This record gives sequence, structure tokens and C-alpha cells, in this order.
Amino acid sequence: MNASILAVEARDLVKFFGDTKAVDGVSLAVPAGSIYGILGPNGAGKTTTLRMLLGIIDPSTGERSLLGYDRPLEAAHVVGYLPEERGLYPAMSCLEAIAFMGALRGLPVREGRARGAELLASHGLGDWAKKPIRTLSKGMAQTVQLLGTIVHKPKLIVLDEPFSGLDAINQEKLEALIRRQTSEGTTILFSTHVIAHAERLCERIAIIARGKVAFEGGVDEARNRLRQIVHLRTRAEDGPWRSAIPADARRVGKEWVFELPSGGPEPLLKALIEGGAGIETLSIERPGLHDAFVAIAGEAAAREMGDAQNQAVAA
Amino acid sequence: MKLKQIIQSAFVIARRDFTATVFSKTFLLFLIGPLFPALLGGGLGGIGAKIDEDARKPVVEVIANDTDFARIAQARGRLAMAMSEEDLIILVQARPEANLGAQRDRLLKQEDPPVLGVLEGGLEKPFFSGAVNADGRTIRQLQWMLDDTRRPIAEHVPNVALGVKILNQSSGTLQAARALTARAGQFLLFFLTLLLAGMVLSQLIEEKSNKVIEILSAAVPVDAIFLGKLFAMLAISLVGIAVWVIAGAAAISIWAPNGLGSLPEPAVGWPMFLALGPVYFAMSYLLIGGVFLGIGAQASTVREVQTLSMPVTMAQVLLFGFASMGVGHPDSPVALGASVFPLSSPFSMFGRAAEQAALWPHAVALLWQALWVVLILKISAGLFRRSVLKSGPGFRWPWQRRAAA
Repeated sequence: MNASILAVEARDLVKFFGDTKAVDGVSLAVPAGSIYGILGPNGAGKTTTLRMLLGIIDPSTGERSLLGYDRPLEAAHVVGYLPEERGLYPAMSCLEAIAFMGALRGLPVREGRARGAELLASHGLGDWAKKPIRTLSKGMAQTVQLLGTIVHKPKLIVLDEPFSGLDAINQEKLEALIRRQTSEGTTILFSTHVIAHAERLCERIAIIARGKVAFEGGVDEARNRLRQIVHLRTRAEDGPWRSAIPADARRVGKEWVFELPSGGPEPLLKALIEGGAGIETLSIERPGLHDAFVAIAGEAAAREMGDAQNQAVAA
Repeated sequence: MKLKQIIQSAFVIARRDFTATVFSKTFLLFLIGPLFPALLGGGLGGIGAKIDEDARKPVVEVIANDTDFARIAQARGRLAMAMSEEDLIILVQARPEANLGAQRDRLLKQEDPPVLGVLEGGLEKPFFSGAVNADGRTIRQLQWMLDDTRRPIAEHVPNVALGVKILNQSSGTLQAARALTARAGQFLLFFLTLLLAGMVLSQLIEEKSNKVIEILSAAVPVDAIFLGKLFAMLAISLVGIAVWVIAGAAAISIWAPNGLGSLPEPAVGWPMFLALGPVYFAMSYLLIGGVFLGIGAQASTVREVQTLSMPVTMAQVLLFGFASMGVGHPDSPVALGASVFPLSSPFSMFGRAAEQAALWPHAVALLWQALWVVLILKISAGLFRRSVLKSGPGFRWPWQRRAAA
């Protein structure tokens, strides 16, 4: 990949907290203008990686560059960041909070207020502009913080677990906002433990487990690591056709489930028909990112992701 | 990041902190709060001045030949048997010179030791010139000593009353007055710093508890956060001081119209002294506040900050005590030490401004203090990054580094 079109690049980032190695040699390459997801269970090292990339903390070893800057804080004026733990001054008005966040990134306060007013109005919060943050609901406060993250029109937006704590409607709104930002040429880098979000949004992903990158590449590339899955229902219980399906095929209800043999669908179909299977239904499904995640990071990591997801839903 | 960007970022942070504090309802309480401790402080300052007056007693120079002075000194010795030595005036002999008038004037301006007055004319025509009360203890003691001296030789020396010329000022009263000004100035500086610098301790707690610290540290260097917070608090303090000064001046003009005019003049003069006051306050605030900000930034809860408040207050009292030890002896090692030690330097130098006229030491001291403000902020920010944000490679002993390699 050409280094000049990378918005974010990390090379062998390592981070120790005391004797604990939280991040172990993470390397990432985020193309400019893309949506890039960092997937992994809680405690995998996603947030620490993002904090190192942003320059909040320095790595123990390794290098990183942000929009061509080796010192991330030098790129602060063109970067937006929404941390996992949302933070706003409760007594500040929504408009001032947005203008303040813009000012931190070099946007003049007056311009920040003007843009903030527009953003609040366009996100249905126009009436709340002068009200203090403490009077907002959690979802509204999160929206205000997100608007503060984009008020200075950054070239790169880093979102740490942006969907956590949001209801389904707000999740949809956030997805729409991310897509809109990308359509304007902004690069989005976000971390999540919810595979569905990454699957819907991302072009490229990194799967991190126990501080290491287990996979880095396109979403399709991750899926293509697995063969397609065949779901077959037959009238005949047995017969010569059985030799056409793999020996490790699983019986799920009345269906046979197995990976598509390396020859592809045509030889399979031919063998089933000629073998007298009496096909009732046959579907060939592309494996989802979840299947790919299980294959790449392992069942344990996938279970952790599932638990975290359930907790998030329950919350 | 360039200095300009750091200053711009610090300004954004300072602006937010300043407006959030000054435009809050609690700021009114902050403004009226110091009224009661200020009254208490006035009382304590008076006690301090009294102690200083006793500690640095001016002398009476006696222009007399050896024989006469020995007789007067013997009379003083007899008086000392009847009363405490501490209550007695100190006599120092000055042998008569050709031009007695010039000698008297020179002695009255002498600074080491400071002179309360000059006794001349020998036993025949004793005459005292000095800045004393006409019927006070100095005159009474001198009269008694002269009477006692003349008693054994009464047939040779007629009993003549001591002639007295009361002066407005002598070097002794001037030094005592300046020491009083120095002490008052130091106390005011200490009091304001004590009152205001403690607020800096809790400055990062809000950001840490609101998680805003993550937003700030992702956007600006930690140095800029510290710089902005410190200068915001300084600006808030100066607003408070301006209000208190105006209120104080109004109160004095109403209830004690001559109160300000009767204050003893400092060595550098009132205009310079009044100009140096806010500058040294700012320096003491930035130095002590910088240390407090660094200490407070390590705390993670309000409870921890509250626990830290007492020791840091005591540390400030120690600094003040150290600086005040040099009042009245501005060239003593302890005064010089207090001027060099960065955290006590503003107090000590402000006291020096009241006692010594030279200005260049203030220029040097201000540069020295500014250097330490930068160093303290750098160290505080570095500690915050290392221990709170857990940034950087972390400290490792040499053997740990070898093992890791």
C-alpha cells in the first residue's frame, strides 16, 4: 500500500503497564477516506492502541503516524476523537461545549459557535443549544459530544466504541453520520466489540485479541478465509449422493450443514442429482464476519465479544 | 508542538476555566470569604511586627570620650540590676570628631547598627537628638543614667536637664518601619497565596471525574493543560484581589482617611513596591500553584485532594516562616537562602523591596522564579503523563532494562 494515502499507520506498537503487556506489536494501515474498524473483545488492547495513535499516551516501543505527522498532537487540528468514556462539562451549554471542543482543535470560538448552532439544528437539538449539558439525556449528550468531535471538519475521526450506550435509533443515526462523513472524504477509525457494526460499515478491519493483531485487511478478505456454507435438505435419507457431501457435515434438524467443497457448487449439485438425493432446498451462504472472527480470533474471543455485546444490549 | 500552539491551547483551557468560575454563583462567596480571616490576619500581623521591633532594637550612639562613656555605661549597668536588660536601651560609643554636627547627622543615618538617636555634649551639656517619644522610656532611661553618673562627681558637674530634640525619623526607626512594611507585605502575599493557591489542588479533579481529561489530552499537550489551568486560576485570583483592594481602599477612605498615608514607606518607594506586589504575588502563585497542580493532578478523588489540603497548607506556612526569618536582616544567610529557594523567593524578595532600595536583585529574582515556573510545570506535566496517563516507556531500573533487552 502506498504510504502517502495512509491516514493512520502504526508499526509494532508495544505498550507495557507495569509488567503487563497491554499491546503487543500492533501494526495497522488505515487508508485515507476509508472506514476502518478495530474489532476485539474488552481488554484486547483496542482503546490503548487508539490512545497511542492519538498521542494521549506514548508507546513503550514502536512508531505511529497520523495524517503524515509522526507526532500525533501536531495533527490535532485535523483529527476528531470521541473517547469510550464520554466527557463533557455538565454546566456548559451545548453550544459552548461544541465551540470549546472545536477551539481545542484550533477552530476560532466564534466560528465554532456558528457551526455548532448549525449542527445542533440539523440533528434536532436546536432548541437545546443554550441549555446546560446536565439537563440532556444520555443519548443527547452523546450526540452533542459527537458534534463537538466533527465541528472543526477533521480529516480523520477516531471513535472509541461509539455505539455503546446508544439505542437502536441513535445507532442508526450514528451509522448514517459516519457514512456521510466518509462521503465527504473523511477517514473514520473506530473500535467496537459489536461485529455487526463493523460488518455494515467497514471496508477494512483489524482483529485484535490479547494485545495482538490477529488479522488486518479487508472485510471480504476476512470472510474469504472461510469457505461458503451449504445448507441442504433432501427427500432421500441415504443413498449414493451421501458420498458427495463431506464426512464432517453436521445434521441440524432436517438439514445438512457443511462447507462448500473445494470444487465449487456445480460438481456438488451434479453429484447430488445423479446420486438421487431428491433436493428439497439447497442454499449456499457466504460466511459472515462473525464466522470469520471465530476462525481468526478463536471461540474464546468470540464468546467474550458475545458476552460484552449482551451486556451492552442489557444496558 | 510549537510554543505558539501551546500558548493558544493554554488560552482555550484558561478561558473555559476562567468563565466557568467567575460567572458561577459561588464566585460571590469566594469574594466575600476572605473578610473574616483578613481581620484575623491583621491581628497576627500586629503581633509579628511587635516581635520584630523587639528583635531588632536600635541603639543610642553616645558621642563622648572614653571616661565619660565608661561612667555612663557603668550607670547603665546599675540600672540593668534594677530592670530587665531587654527593656534597656543599648548604648554605643562614638568618639568625638572635629565636626560634631556632621558626625551627628551621619550617625543618625547609619544603618548598621540602626540608630535611634544620638547623645552628645558630654556630662556638662547633654543633648539627645532622635526619633523617640519626648516622655518615653528612652528619654527617661537616659536622664536616669546621666543623673546617676553625675551623682558621685556632683561638685564638678552641675545637674543639668537632658536637652532633647525630637526627630521625625532616624535610621533605627526607618529600619523598623521598613521591617514592618516588609513583614506586612510578606504577610499579605502569604495570605493571598495561602487563600488562593490551594484552589489549584483540585483543578484536574473535575476533568478526571467528567472524563474530559481524555478529550483535552487528545487535543492539546498536557503542558498546555497545566499552563492554562494555572493561569486561569491566577486570573481568577487577580480578579478577587482587585475586588478586595478596591473594597479595602474604600473602607479605609471611609473609616480611616489617613490610614494609607501613615504606612511606613518601603525602601524602593511606594510606586515600585506597589508594582512589585502583584508581580511577586503572580510569581508565588505560579510557583506554589504549579507544585500544587502537580500534586493535585496525582489525586484521583475529591477525598484525596481534601486529605492533601492540610499538608500543603502547612508547607506554605513553612515557606512563609522561612522567608520572614530574613526580615530585618536582608543580607543575612537565611534571607539570601530564602531569596534563592524558588518557592520562598517571592515572599523574601518582596520583603527585601521594603528594606533595600536596589532594583537589580528583583530583576534577577524574577527571571530565576520564571525559570522555576517553567521547570515546575514541565515536571508536573511529565509526572501526570507518566503516572496518571501511563504514558511513555515507564521507569525501569537498569537491571530491568537489561532483562527486557
